[in-house]
Amino acid sequence: MRETDQLEIDQAGGTLHLSGALTVRTVTAACKAFADLPSDLRKIDLAEIDRLDTAGAWALIGLQDRMDALEITGARNEAESLMQTVRQAMPDPESRPETRASLVQLVEALGRRVISGVGFFLQLAGYLGIFLSRLARMIRHPSEFKLTSLVHHCEEVGFKAVPIVALMSFLIGVVLAFQGSVQLQQFGAEVFVVDLIAISILRELGILLTSIIVAGRTASAFTAAIGSMKMREEIDAMRTLGLDPAMNLFVPRILALLLMLPILGLIANIAGLFGGALMAWLDLGISPAMFRTRLVEGTSVWHVFVGLIKAPFFAMIIGVVGCHAGMQVQSNAESLGRQTSNAVVTAIFAVIVADAVFSIFFARVGI
Amino acid sequence: MSEDAVIKVRDVRNQFGSHVVHENLDLDVYRGEILGVVGGSGTGKSVLLRTITGLQRPREGSVEVLGTDVLNADEDTRQALEKRWGVMFQDGALFSSLTVRENVEVPMRAVEGLDPDIRAQLADLKISMVGLEYSAGDKYPSELSGGMRKRAGLARALALDPDIVFLDEPTAGLDPIGASAFDELIQELSHSLGLTVFLVTHDLDTLHATCDRIAVLAERKVLVAGTMKDMLAVEHPWVHEYFHGPRARAAAPELQQNGAER
Repeated sequence: MRETDQLEIDQAGGTLHLSGALTVRTVTAACKAFADLPSDLRKIDLAEIDRLDTAGAWALIGLQDRMDALEITGARNEAESLMQTVRQAMPDPESRPETRASLVQLVEALGRRVISGVGFFLQLAGYLGIFLSRLARMIRHPSEFKLTSLVHHCEEVGFKAVPIVALMSFLIGVVLAFQGSVQLQQFGAEVFVVDLIAISILRELGILLTSIIVAGRTASAFTAAIGSMKMREEIDAMRTLGLDPAMNLFVPRILALLLMLPILGLIANIAGLFGGALMAWLDLGISPAMFRTRLVEGTSVWHVFVGLIKAPFFAMIIGVVGCHAGMQVQSNAESLGRQTSNAVVTAIFAVIVADAVFSIFFARVGI
Repeated sequence: MSEDAVIKVRDVRNQFGSHVVHENLDLDVYRGEILGVVGGSGTGKSVLLRTITGLQRPREGSVEVLGTDVLNADEDTRQALEKRWGVMFQDGALFSSLTVRENVEVPMRAVEGLDPDIRAQLADLKISMVGLEYSAGDKYPSELSGGMRKRAGLARALALDPDIVFLDEPTAGLDPIGASAFDELIQELSHSLGLTVFLVTHDLDTLHATCDRIAVLAERKVLVAGTMKDMLAVEHPWVHEYFHGPRARAAAPELQQNGAER
């Protein structure tokens, strides 16, 4: 029925006879036909039209507006009232805002991005400041400290992350030992695989990869939790009840990360060394005792410190980025999703940048 | 108004777990009328709307819309039927990744051979018909207020000139001015486009201003259906409380007096 709408257009003298259905299905054809009508057209006869919808009425009125002194006759009552409604509602595209020149727009867009990037860093610095000031306040007023909350977050970000962090680090140790042995065997220097594993895991990989996993796990969790509270106005409710969101939401979370990330880093170091030792034993025949001796003798304990000293900084970055993104969520679900993925990307990126800065710093001071 | 039922609901039973929402529910909606469905919270007004539009499958009973058996129709028949009705959900349910204009164009994309340029202009027409400004077409749903989202949702529901529109709480969350403007809009469009309107509401003003007939959901079925005057004469305690409560008196004092005289 509807699928087979037919429109016939018949022009005789100054009159256009339309018959059939003038609907959304036939309007494209009708508009094409209307485009090349002679300008001396005086009348449109709708008597034979069985069905007219808003699309059809729109086409007729568009035609009438284009030609002066065009009369539409034979419309039935419903068609008449439909045309009346459509005529009143005809959109006025004149009010469309003008688009500016593209080059100016590009420069403007670039400028906006730079400004918003700078603003983003300032905001992050602001959140770091808020966290530190609340931490100081907490030391002066220990009664405001939420121990239960801190323990809960320690469990969430620390304890529950142990399996994934340990497994990942173990596998990285295995991979390093395997890859290193293939290369070092060529020089008959298999035993140096111990130094390779120890230095790369203790100095860099253990804590960096742990931080990346935690950034993915925890920054997103912080953003989602704080963001959904922001979305449902719970943060505003807290403020009106005299509860400080920073004290109640940020401090326990970031503090938990600060406490847990070094521990996770240490676990990652141990698991990585264990994986490396296992692979060295199986693949190169370096016995665990030999591995241990070589490790203790050949690797300075400084490598462990250099690795773990970075942990609190990374923890701060991940926590601040996660909390900040959570507070940027607006009252719709899309912004929650967008901010959550933003938080993960920003946190991982910032952790890697910070790691690079640390590497350069340690190389310069010669540790 | 002809006595030509476009929606026929018979013996419908809806059940969630052991909780029976509808039982032996019958309802007729006639061509060209505006039917308001009212009922207390949890009486299954929205469930009824979802049942009729095929989003919720009832345990028993039959639903017939425009002569098509909704529950047993094959895929093609159902798709053809879906083009003949439009649904406006409570918060508009606009696709958040599309602009308002693109949202309105979505149903029109199913029309074969419709020129994209004409389609965009028709979308602009629908946007203007529901009382939105031209510039609203370029905006994303998240940039609109609640009332504008509802209007945009209505524009999408009207995109293909449907025979029936279903409106779920069209005035909920609107300020009184916005709500009465929406009432007028529904009435105007219903008359000029010959729409049949099935509307679920809590709003007594909407019932007074727009509805030709009212169906009251209570005790798991359509308890009564009739005009506002009929409603005032009903003795059932909930219906009486609803139509004679202080808010009802505020909404239509003159009718209440007539009702009291009768």
